[in-house]
Amino acid sequence: MITNRTNGRFENALRSGKFVVTAEISPPDSADPHDVLKAAQVLGRYADALNVTDGSGANCHISSVAACTILSNAGYEVIFQMSCRDRNRIAMQAELLGASALGLHNVLCLTGDDVTAGDHPQAKRVFDFDSTQLLQTARIMRDDGMFLSGRKLSAKPRFFLGGADNPFVEPFEFRPLRLAKKIQAGAEFFQSQYCFDVERLKSHMQKVRDLGLHEKAFILIGVGPLRSEKTAEFMRTKVPGVYVPDAIVERMRKTPVQGKRAEGIKICVEIIRQVREIQGVAGIHMMAYKQEEAGAEILDEVDLNIKEMMR
Amino acid sequence: MTLLNRLRDYPHILEVAYQFTEKVFQLLNPIFQRLGYEWADKLLRLPEKIGKGAVFNCQMCGQCALHFTGMTCPMGCPKNLRNGPCGGVRLNGFCEVDATKKCVWVEAFERSKKMRVYGADIYVLLPPLNQQNMGRSAFINIAFLKNSEMPEAWQMETGLRHDHK
Repeated sequence: MITNRTNGRFENALRSGKFVVTAEISPPDSADPHDVLKAAQVLGRYADALNVTDGSGANCHISSVAACTILSNAGYEVIFQMSCRDRNRIAMQAELLGASALGLHNVLCLTGDDVTAGDHPQAKRVFDFDSTQLLQTARIMRDDGMFLSGRKLSAKPRFFLGGADNPFVEPFEFRPLRLAKKIQAGAEFFQSQYCFDVERLKSHMQKVRDLGLHEKAFILIGVGPLRSEKTAEFMRTKVPGVYVPDAIVERMRKTPVQGKRAEGIKICVEIIRQVREIQGVAGIHMMAYKQEEAGAEILDEVDLNIKEMMR
Repeated sequence: MTLLNRLRDYPHILEVAYQFTEKVFQLLNPIFQRLGYEWADKLLRLPEKIGKGAVFNCQMCGQCALHFTGMTCPMGCPKNLRNGPCGGVRLNGFCEVDATKKCVWVEAFERSKKMRVYGADIYVLLPPLNQQNMGRSAFINIAFLKNSEMPEAWQMETGLRHDHK
């Protein structure tokens, strides 16, 4: 935690101790760079860094490294997401070097959703690495200046490495220990899956603190608005690894149609307020796919609360 | 589930059997040496496939990680994960990809807790699979050839040898 890896805005914000906001953007299905910039427009104003997904949900989009570069050139701080689903170790290490050369130093290492989740279920799943092995490889490249094969690099890449955390699905007891493994491999920040169950998060974070992991890595908790009970139902049945408790689905269902959007925002704000209070949480990660405006309203509202608290 | 499959729910017995098999192999080493490991590998492939296939649904990856993974074969995971579960596990603890199957890692973790000898090995960081070992005898690979083909930088970094001490 002492070495500053990149001196980038994201890492500096985390190390300054402020409550950090990252936001996920979806790279468009387009070869026009303006479409990438458009995707970042709304949440880019609020976030300390923007995550650019890498074929999220196993769907085809413009590549993460390309979208990251476009955004980075436009002045945004980005987190390059890299999944193990589509590339073998040769392509992975090549991409890591390329990313660092392009100035993309924040890398979130993911296993990746399975090919069957997306629009090309016929595809070959690669998974030559798992996320932990990808972290370890990136760290070896950075610290030892060599490929996994032992072949020397003429210039070491710079990385601030992160991993994913999902406290909301089984095996619950193993999840904090998995973080420990990822930290050992090189993770210095974590971004979690959507949190709709604060109690579950609290017990997870208790174990994380018991292991002292919150002092070794920054933990950001995933949040996002629900649009309706239908989205909630979709997310918990169709999006891998998302848990939405019945109580929240019920709350959305009981709200009249014209109030649903506001209710979704309200729920998210409530969750963020509770998450902020948990010791060891370094920030939030806003995921508001196709609801960027709602995401922005939430961050506005939360910001307002900070100002109120300071008064 | 067949009777042999059901053995998987007794990981504390399996790990002892594993330990025992390893000892037997060490004792038989002079024979394998005389035979040459290449030949020994060829001889053992089929029995290994049948034996481990029946109990663990072995996929013959050639680098058995069973005692690192609660005596549960990680090759049964559609993503072949060796270091823990992915984030896609279903709420009932079933697999993201195959909804009819329990997550390999949910089972592995439960079983590792029952294991006295190798239980804590589930926290060891495992290297990526060596695709060249596919289809070969893991017994010969692990017991005698050690992990000579583990990525060089990984070996330097962790000092971990994929052996069973």
